[in-house]
Amino acid sequence: MLKVSGLKVNYGGIEAVKGIDFEVPEGSIVTLIGANGAGKSTTLRSIASLVKPTEGSITFMGEDITGLSTNEVVGKGITLVPEGRKIFPDLTVTENLKIGAYMRKDQASVQKDLNWVFGLFPRLKERHWQPGGTLSGGEQQMLAIGRALMSKPKLIMMDEPSLGLAPIVVQGVFDIIETISQQGVTILLVEQNANMALKAADYGYVMETGRITMSGTGKELAENEDVKAAYLGKSK
Amino acid sequence: MNKDKMINGIISAILLALLFGLVVLLDHTLPTTGIAMTVLQKCCIYSLVAVSMNLLNGFTGLFSLGQAGFMLLGAYTYGILTIPVDARPSVYQYFDGGIVQFSVPFWVGILAAGCVAALFAWLIGLPVLRLKSDYLAIATLGFAEILRAFCQWDKLGGLTNGSNMLRKYPSFNTLLFPFTVSVICIAVIVLLINSSYGRAFKAIRDDEVAAEAMGINLAHHKRMSFCISSFFAGIGGALLAMFQTTVQASAFKTNMTYEILLVVVIGGLGSVTGSIIATFLFYLCSEWWLRFLDSEIMIGAFKVPLLRPGFRKVVFSIVIMVIVLFARKGIMGDREFSVAAVRRWFGKHRSSGSEGKEEKA
Repeated sequence: MLKVSGLKVNYGGIEAVKGIDFEVPEGSIVTLIGANGAGKSTTLRSIASLVKPTEGSITFMGEDITGLSTNEVVGKGITLVPEGRKIFPDLTVTENLKIGAYMRKDQASVQKDLNWVFGLFPRLKERHWQPGGTLSGGEQQMLAIGRALMSKPKLIMMDEPSLGLAPIVVQGVFDIIETISQQGVTILLVEQNANMALKAADYGYVMETGRITMSGTGKELAENEDVKAAYLGKSK
Repeated sequence: MNKDKMINGIISAILLALLFGLVVLLDHTLPTTGIAMTVLQKCCIYSLVAVSMNLLNGFTGLFSLGQAGFMLLGAYTYGILTIPVDARPSVYQYFDGGIVQFSVPFWVGILAAGCVAALFAWLIGLPVLRLKSDYLAIATLGFAEILRAFCQWDKLGGLTNGSNMLRKYPSFNTLLFPFTVSVICIAVIVLLINSSYGRAFKAIRDDEVAAEAMGINLAHHKRMSFCISSFFAGIGGALLAMFQTTVQASAFKTNMTYEILLVVVIGGLGSVTGSIIATFLFYLCSEWWLRFLDSEIMIGAFKVPLLRPGFRKVVFSIVIMVIVLFARKGIMGDREFSVAAVRRWFGKHRSSGSEGKEEKA
């Protein structure tokens, strides 16, 4: 579905991504794991066209989307859940969700999806009139995911959805990720929490300083000695 | 839910009708050149300007200080286009009657004022809106200052009458006229804010990156907000020109922008009704209600201390400081005063009251 080849991105004067190739097949959960500064977020940002790649190509459903503007990328069906949630604190929960559907013109189906998202996240429905900024961290992450779902994405990219959340809340976030996946949305997940990410993912890539150094199914990577040592906190 | 909305709508409509009635009544009772009339007219005009500035600064989060510049554009456009042809030789006496030798009806002039301001906003929006926060403020402030200097330039005298004033164009002497124009314009702005465009503006204000990631075209929406805000500032400028009956570039100093900014901040960034309430409070206080502080008052043989010309400004400054200290987000914050809000408020208090009774029982 999504195919990235030879992607290089300069970010803030350094080459953050140094030529990577990977694929996200339709209907799957694919994860990019790696330490801080490995270039994971930059990769997602360049797919969303928030930063421009210097080299390489990004194809989505057989169509070259390199160099399109962000709103065009969203229009093609790729939505980013940004790192640190970035919900709109002064807008109500409902308004936040409606912004997610900004590119869509069909109000009837937007309303239907609003109910769908409220069904996925009952907490958001309870708090639909509250400003986004008054929600707890976990609820804000739910809101950020719900907002992205409102654009009716074919591919949803999540940048560290577990960042700064309590373990039990993280579990909730991953449950949601699996639910969304079962409903037919393809997911590209960037995580530092390699343990959780590899459990959920069908396929994973390990990024180190701008390069992909390893890849395999979630299970393979989770059992790989090097990955265990580096990211799962288990000694060899 | 819908019934509630309908009731709110009906009450709002009745209130607005009553307000219109009151304005008509005031038109018939107040002396046309009295202070009450003048101040109320001014309040109507500045309400519109403040709301237009709030659209940009409060709702879209673009800190712009170009408002006086766009008002100047509006005022000049209106003046230049509507001075009757036979009055032109006397107005443009130093410039051979000027180069514009036609005149348009006043309402065309008002619309043109808005359009010219919006056009300039569109042009300078290209480079200027790439800037953020303070830098944007400085750039727009500079733009307004340049415009003011430009309008006073001799070489443009045939158009702007140089540093002389424009006059003899159609003006108004009722309260109804500025009131009606402002109500219509503010209604349009409110409709815009409540539309999906308005939501996009607020999203940009809250978080640019997230807004962009949601597919909102930042450059396009910022420029749209800038142009619409300037359009209404231009109309405000035209109204101000009508109100003053003369236009002179030197009046549109940065002070004017700061005054409007002050009003917007006191009212609450992101609240339309806040801006309107603050405008009325601000101008009613500064130009009318606090006037008595400027004159010496004798109570019998006792002379009230401190009261002398200029004391009004001291008191006024203190009042503003107190407001800013105790209501950090302005009078209204980002809430709105509406029939629905008032009914909700009363509803809440009534239900909490009845809960209290139950507890006692």
